[in-house]
Amino acid sequence: MPKRTDIKKILIIGSGPIVIGQACEFDYSGSQACKALREEGYEIVLVNSNPATIMTDPEMADRTYIEPLIPEVLEYIIKEERPDALLPTLGGQTGLNLAFALARKGVLEKYKVELIGAKESAIEKAESREHFKKAMERIGLKVPKSAIVKSLAEAEKAIKEIGFPVIVRPSFTLGGTGGGVAYNIEELREIVSAGLEASLIHEVMLEESVLGWKEYELEVMRDFKDNVVIICSIENFDPMGVHTGDSITVAPSQTLSDVEYQRMRVAAQAVIREIGVETGGSNIQFAINPDTGEMVVIEMNPRVSRSSALASKATGYPIAKIAAKLAVGYTLDELANDITKETKAAFEPTIDYVVVKIPRFTFEKFPEAKDELTTSMRSVGETMAIGRTFKEALQKAIAGLEIGRFGFGADGKSPSDIGEFLPLELIKEKLARPNSQRLFYIREAFKAGLTIDEIYRLTYIDRWFLYNLWQVFTVSEELKGRPLETISSEDLKELKQMGFTDYQIAFLTGSTEIEVRKRRLALGIKPTYKLIDTCAAEFEAYTPYFYSTYEVENESRARLSKNKKVIIIGGGPNRIGQGIEFDYCCVHAVKALRERGIDAIMINSNPETVSTDYDVSTRLYFEPLTFEHVLNIYEEEEPDGVIVQFGGQTPLNLAMPLYKAGVKILGTSPLQIDRAEDREKFDALLEKVGLKRPKAGIARSADEALEVARKIGYPVLVRPSYVLGGRAMKIVYSEAELMEYIETAVKVQPEHPILIDRFLEDALEVDVDAISDGETVVVAGIMEHIEEAGVHSGDSACILPPVNIPPKLIDEIRRATHVLAKELEVKGLINIQFAIKDEELYVLEVNPRASRTIPFVSKAIGVPLAKLATWIMLGESLKDLGFTQEVWPKYYSVKEVVFPFKRFPGVDVTLGPEMKSTGEVMGIDWEPSLAYAKAQFAAGMRLPLSGRVFISVKDEDKPQVVEIAKVLENLGFEIVATEGTAKYLEDFGIKVKVIPKISEGRRPNILDLIKNKEIDLMINTAKGKVSKLDAYLIRRYAMELDIPYATTISGARAMVCSIRRLKEKSFSYSALQDYYKTLPCNYYATKTDR
Amino acid sequence: MKKERLKALIMLEDGTHFWGYSFTGPGETFGEIVFNTGMTGYQEILTDPSYYGQIVTMTYPLIGTYGVNDEDMESARIQVAGFIVREYQPYFSNYRARRSLGDWLKEQGILGIEGVDTRALTRHIRNYGAMKGGMTTETLDPKKFLEKVKESPDYVGRDLVKFVTSPKPYYYGPEGFDFNCQSFKNKAQYRVAVLDCGLKYNQLRLMVQRGAECLVFPADTPAEKILAEDPHGIFLSNGPGDPSALPYVVETAKNLLGKRPIFGICLGHQILGQALSATTYKLRFGHRGINHPVLNLLNGRVEITSQNHGFCVRAEELPKDVIITHINLNDNTLEGIYAPDLKAFSVQYHPENAPGPWDSLYLFDSFFKLMRGEDENLFS
Repeated sequence: MPKRTDIKKILIIGSGPIVIGQACEFDYSGSQACKALREEGYEIVLVNSNPATIMTDPEMADRTYIEPLIPEVLEYIIKEERPDALLPTLGGQTGLNLAFALARKGVLEKYKVELIGAKESAIEKAESREHFKKAMERIGLKVPKSAIVKSLAEAEKAIKEIGFPVIVRPSFTLGGTGGGVAYNIEELREIVSAGLEASLIHEVMLEESVLGWKEYELEVMRDFKDNVVIICSIENFDPMGVHTGDSITVAPSQTLSDVEYQRMRVAAQAVIREIGVETGGSNIQFAINPDTGEMVVIEMNPRVSRSSALASKATGYPIAKIAAKLAVGYTLDELANDITKETKAAFEPTIDYVVVKIPRFTFEKFPEAKDELTTSMRSVGETMAIGRTFKEALQKAIAGLEIGRFGFGADGKSPSDIGEFLPLELIKEKLARPNSQRLFYIREAFKAGLTIDEIYRLTYIDRWFLYNLWQVFTVSEELKGRPLETISSEDLKELKQMGFTDYQIAFLTGSTEIEVRKRRLALGIKPTYKLIDTCAAEFEAYTPYFYSTYEVENESRARLSKNKKVIIIGGGPNRIGQGIEFDYCCVHAVKALRERGIDAIMINSNPETVSTDYDVSTRLYFEPLTFEHVLNIYEEEEPDGVIVQFGGQTPLNLAMPLYKAGVKILGTSPLQIDRAEDREKFDALLEKVGLKRPKAGIARSADEALEVARKIGYPVLVRPSYVLGGRAMKIVYSEAELMEYIETAVKVQPEHPILIDRFLEDALEVDVDAISDGETVVVAGIMEHIEEAGVHSGDSACILPPVNIPPKLIDEIRRATHVLAKELEVKGLINIQFAIKDEELYVLEVNPRASRTIPFVSKAIGVPLAKLATWIMLGESLKDLGFTQEVWPKYYSVKEVVFPFKRFPGVDVTLGPEMKSTGEVMGIDWEPSLAYAKAQFAAGMRLPLSGRVFISVKDEDKPQVVEIAKVLENLGFEIVATEGTAKYLEDFGIKVKVIPKISEGRRPNILDLIKNKEIDLMINTAKGKVSKLDAYLIRRYAMELDIPYATTISGARAMVCSIRRLKEKSFSYSALQDYYKTLPCNYYATKTDR
Repeated sequence: MKKERLKALIMLEDGTHFWGYSFTGPGETFGEIVFNTGMTGYQEILTDPSYYGQIVTMTYPLIGTYGVNDEDMESARIQVAGFIVREYQPYFSNYRARRSLGDWLKEQGILGIEGVDTRALTRHIRNYGAMKGGMTTETLDPKKFLEKVKESPDYVGRDLVKFVTSPKPYYYGPEGFDFNCQSFKNKAQYRVAVLDCGLKYNQLRLMVQRGAECLVFPADTPAEKILAEDPHGIFLSNGPGDPSALPYVVETAKNLLGKRPIFGICLGHQILGQALSATTYKLRFGHRGINHPVLNLLNGRVEITSQNHGFCVRAEELPKDVIITHINLNDNTLEGIYAPDLKAFSVQYHPENAPGPWDSLYLFDSFFKLMRGEDENLFS
């Protein structure tokens, strides 16, 4: 069947901000879909609230709306744009839920919009547990024993039938929020209550536990002719009980014989047919009893998923692109396999390597949360690695995680590496309760003498995986202590084939990474690069997508190209603080290079990204971002330079070692980068150019710390100079607090000093992004933070252009930016954080590289900054590029962030100097207050226009909250407060209803009101990190129940302004393309393609 | 660092060679070197008689992971001449596994080599075609071994069926094998006469599951003897080697044409094609894997199929009244034919799978339809 001609305009919904369970994989799938459909001549209307995406680049769609992903907004846009069809399967669960809601509300019918890909009925069948279970029974497939309950009472009744342990899964949520495993009635009550809240339809499913069963996933594609193919099979290293997003996974399946695999394949075909996903990709999960082979279906996602992204990268089969084309009527046999060109998309990829994915966790950011893995996803990112053996792929993946590990132990980082032996009981406990470090405890278990069988009985990790780990362990133990020179060429090659990094070999042989490298190269042991080609070399492949291994034949095409070439180092696995924003920049750099006819060579290890889409770069190397792996590729490619500015901290950390190894770094010199990062050099620099920074000092002992703090004056910001998992940064207000910090959080030692900075209380923080070619410096964006200084800039909302900074200070900011960019000889991007206190400008931090805000600023001013920066690095000037004037838009753009608090029970929701947010949204409007309001809605804070406000603020904030309360009262809100705040407000003539604190014992108290959703807005500020239980519970419940809340006065003020304006004027929505028409120069339309 | 390993040499006829290590002890063997792209199914592949005389390289690097079980046998023994993998897995994990792959190969005297850059080997075969080769732990001088390889028997033009076909007729029915029974037991609704050119057990299993009893005949059985047992249908099995080297089987097939419905698979398809007067040719490196898309031209749908063939029937030489039912989507080669007047059809691929997808099982139903005298919607 050829493509449909009865539809012309297609609406695509993105997945919104990056949250746990929904990351940049949907930017990858969405951008592929946009490209694929536009290539077919369809007009695309795109809606997504996340500015840090490639899909929201104005050239990706005909109409791009960066607006909140809520039904009202979509209805407005549908009414305006009148699309013929809505493709709901590429925007993750958010896109699917939204499309389903629009269908349910009758919006799609009203405006005659057809759902393509998956119909309403298919979405319901797959997503509603009850429907799904019935459907599976109809086709004779087993599902675990289960019951749907809508209340706690029903759950307690159902458990008698199902028995413990039981898995609790809420219906209609993201990645299993609120789910968990209950082993007793108490846990059941707890998890079911949370699950009911998290479910959009207040429904949870109790499921017979298949804990310890082997878990598999199949990625399935179907077309209109009912052709069904399996793209990839995935076997989970972690058995059932750990969310698949939190599991180490391996492709293809390893321990299934053909008959067992085919049985699963047939079941998957039956599932997609029965659910009725007409076209596109689906993901189906199975569990298999390791002792009997009994198979059950766990769940199905009737859409492209995180696993589809992984499967696409693992096989080279572009699932999202093909899914988009199938949705408009093509069939699999009509579409070409891009990689081989001569074969069709109707086939099943076969691979000749092993793929391992390891999730990246961030428990260190949430010390109150237990490091435990359950059926509710906790990881924030992932890395993937490819090798010819499981051992090689696994060790590469560990190195690619960027957690300071270089393989499966033997890197000096495992306790047993350095002669520390953990108690056996601890090891057993860590094996039995899944956690983010379990893999490494397996090594400790081997060291402690546990057998494969014993470890199996504690973990239920398949013995075959354990055996392979044991091999790695044994080889490293045999090697330990042998001098490097005594290792034969054959043995060294075998070590490399097992995935041992030079770093590990250096540790084991008591040498250095560089020495191992030299010895290796002297023996002629170099990596070979193999192609990922979907077909195990059966056909000639054209796609330049490579991984390294140590084999005989090198298929690298590095030497075939006569073009100039540049390597771009990507950002690696997503983590808090380094995510999609940097991948966005890398993709722009790739595009910029290719537009100039230069080979863009991408290195990255994150399968969720657009940058690892094989048709983005000229050559793609899917490799860990370590010194060793990057330098190997550098030596293979011999490029004209390497770009380190765009991938965030990852490439920056590599910049200096690579520079010292003789690598040519493009753009700002690593020496200048070091000058900005090294505290003492940085102080000297500021002094030289006459800029101020908050008073600061270094302390090497507790006494010294007290002295320094005294000199500087409280409050002070303290942090260790060495970064240990990025935590332990704190604002302290008194000597007592400082002492407590020193005693509990860090060890102050001469070799581990702590840094003490004066903390500027209530200062206004400003973020500036600028671009410089060494001659001309142009300020790209001045962002005024909504939250005061002290909240991590990555967690702060901000507005561009600024609204509260006096012109004189704006000029000063510009001047300081010019001076700093010139002094650091910036060639490319620079980000500076300023604070304004009492009309004085302070420099907090300078980063001569692309910052997290580059995508936001680029979207806000309509200038592709990362592209321009790339061209500058190639030697072009801003004058050549026609960008010499700062853009000051007539509209306002607000960036707001989203937090993963719901995933981490027990964590307080307050903001501080430690970054905790996972993603961001953007609100654009002609008025600042409406732009802010849109950003709030997009971030999930539905600002109320009437109702009841609860106010409870710390003493310091009381004077400032009066004004806010007055405005709310005038707007008709009822104000409630606990006694202290109430009294204070009443003194200013505000009518306040007093309500008991939790600790007072009288009911109903404030928590009752919150639980009953009788509070519509909450303003609650807390001092310091240690908050009272009362305040913690209040904030936690408000967050869990989606009650809009502000935890800072500045945030509250902005919210109230927005509410006031919203009562007068309702939202209107415009496409980015329309906003850009008001700019003096539309960069996207004119300047980029030369 | 490690225990001593037994070094091994793999040599291709053109002098290209690879080093590896034996995981089955010493040995030396010769055969046509081919690759299979299936990621699962090594036990079925090793016991598939179509691989007789061939050295099989698996493109998937880890082989042996799920061990060897008692059920997934496609014939009574290992048929390949040798086996090449990237990393042999001595430790296996599967609830059905009974022994390790290495032990099993060793027990049957088949040489297995690991530690080979199998992708490089595969690419070489892809670029230069499947060719004669050998592997050894004994003649480690490449020059000397190349001479031996050149002297080894050719694969093309040789009758290999005679080495794998059953020496005498036997019975397979609902109760399994009966090697002493040489005629139908007359219980079943469908009596299928199977001409064994190197059949795979799953073909028998699938027919019995559908209510048939099978009488298996040696490949050189004349048509009259087969017809004397009064079967409802004739099944032409798969088998090894060059189909043009089997004039006596083609002759039998010709004599059976039109007498009873006929269903042929793989070599059986090539036999039917020749019986219908077409000739065959050698593909450069054959189709061996379980992911090959085949387009069913009659219903427009794609089947993912299991394939194992190095030769192909020339479609253009078939009589006009023969319908082309299936083609390969990758290279458009002939995959299926149907002669309606003769009630005979065949496919080049393996609908019985084992290993491979179960997409094409309907073809067995088609055969049973023909035996019932129905020919409506035969291929949908």
